[in-house]
Amino acid sequence: MSDFQPILTKHVGVPGSSTLDYYMAHEGYRAARRAVLEMSNDEIVQVVRESNLQGRGGAGFPAGVKWGFIPKESKKPKYLICNADESEPGTFKDRLLITHNPHQMIEGMIIASKAIDCHLAFIYIRGEFAREARLLEAALSECRANQVLGKGIFGSKYDLDILVHRGAGAYICGEEMALIESLEGKRGWPRIKPPFPAVEGYLRCPTIVNNVETLSNLPHIINEGAVWFRGIGATADSPGPKLYCLSGHVQRPGVYEAPMGTKLSHLIFTHAGGTPEGRKLKAVIPGGSSAPVLTAEEAEDLRMDFPSVQAAGSMLGSAGIIVMDETTDMVQACYNVARFYAHESCGQCTPCREGTTWLTKIFQRFTNGQGRMEDIDLILDVTDNIGGLIDFSRGSFGKTICPFGEAVAWPVRAFVEKFRAEFEAYQSQEAAA
Amino acid sequence: MSFAFKAEQQKRFKALLKQYPDKRSAALPVLHLAQEQEGYLSTEIIETLAGMLDITPASLMDTVSFYTMFHTKPRGKYLLQVCQTLSCSLAGADQLVDHLEHKFHIQVGETTEDGKFTLLKVECLGSCGTAPVVQINDDYYERVSKEKLKRVLEKLP
Repeated sequence: MSDFQPILTKHVGVPGSSTLDYYMAHEGYRAARRAVLEMSNDEIVQVVRESNLQGRGGAGFPAGVKWGFIPKESKKPKYLICNADESEPGTFKDRLLITHNPHQMIEGMIIASKAIDCHLAFIYIRGEFAREARLLEAALSECRANQVLGKGIFGSKYDLDILVHRGAGAYICGEEMALIESLEGKRGWPRIKPPFPAVEGYLRCPTIVNNVETLSNLPHIINEGAVWFRGIGATADSPGPKLYCLSGHVQRPGVYEAPMGTKLSHLIFTHAGGTPEGRKLKAVIPGGSSAPVLTAEEAEDLRMDFPSVQAAGSMLGSAGIIVMDETTDMVQACYNVARFYAHESCGQCTPCREGTTWLTKIFQRFTNGQGRMEDIDLILDVTDNIGGLIDFSRGSFGKTICPFGEAVAWPVRAFVEKFRAEFEAYQSQEAAA
Repeated sequence: MSFAFKAEQQKRFKALLKQYPDKRSAALPVLHLAQEQEGYLSTEIIETLAGMLDITPASLMDTVSFYTMFHTKPRGKYLLQVCQTLSCSLAGADQLVDHLEHKFHIQVGETTEDGKFTLLKVECLGSCGTAPVVQINDDYYERVSKEKLKRVLEKLP
């Protein structure tokens, strides 16, 4: 794996890499041109399906399979939405791709749009990314001026335009149904699935929502083929290049591109330079803050692909790796995570709206030195009521409309179960005082 | 005081309505546009915009109230938004908040008397690799220390 050359981030840091001229000079839009001029829609879907490309937004659902859910008989317009609402704590890879290589993502959108017969696509970008939204607008203008977007792109009979749509500050809008509601101009309240967006999404029309990184992979898959893509990484079931975001207690935080299945310890200690001042590693959140925390021992031999991390009782999610060294107060860290979800709960489902607030209140008691011994089990009880036990075997999610319930319940539960002694220490200190 | 878009904004408003397959989808960009012009979204602005989008004021208010970036009250010229989520917290964001509260003699959520600064704690800004992060209006300031923050604030007109 050491001879791996970056694919998605190859041009990051090169001056001018965000311009159409630069992109065109590096074989840009060759794949989109081929997809539009030479490939049938089914052929595109087939190649992506065979590549085993899994969605990079967090769920890891195979992209080609998702596209296949679009009902062929539907006469309604089809929509593609690029999910650029990057908000999962610990995740900052999509911003990098947008800033340094927006055309790679736009090319992916053209390929995906052609595959599902979409003529108007959207980039839903989080509201805070104002600079990135302007950058995307500029890139799209370049495309329109050069027949890459608009009427009859690349001289074909296929029309496509892409709009940038800014969110306005709401984590939940990264969830695809909430995102669609938000795009419709409403509050970001997730809808019950099914029907899935591929059947009834934006304006009740068939809609595909794909993440920035997922889409950025498409030009390479079309150019190099499914077999090439499956050959990247530790296993052909969960292959491809992957952007890993390292933050927290590491010497060189940042985004590192490595093959899927790279060892977590390699990412932390080789790429990111290990913990500061050689302090001992204590815990790692492997996939954004909704992924259950791992102890240093659990993290040691872990391969970072979707099935491996799931087998270890957590999830690869968005590959937002938050590293915590021995100086970390796990009660405070867990409180921080719980508070985030309490703030971001959309308020639609009672278990989540009430439960996240209860959790925050219990944590406040702890950190104010007023925690009670029974509070530890109370936390576990509340998480059980919000999202249930950590159980990946269930195909569908539990007590709330969207997976947000699990996204708060599981990580909090993992913190308490794996670092229970620290929660107890908070008690005994108080008891002694 | 009645609300109306200025000439430039009116042009952008019309262009927005043309872009979307239905009017209501333009709600978020239209609200951003109005807030850019007026600084915040008063009840009157929301009522006027609702009329322009063919929806009820209550329905548009429902949307506005959901999103943290829409402000229904006047705020300072500069919105100091300190990220407080885990990676920023591990990198010392809490001390930045203390520092700013002390420096401006305001609590989180308040505005300085001269109307220049409003201090807010916000959740994950998606820039964890360069923590701690402070967003001032549209701009991100990354790897922020007290010293860097001082230099940034001094340069703001």
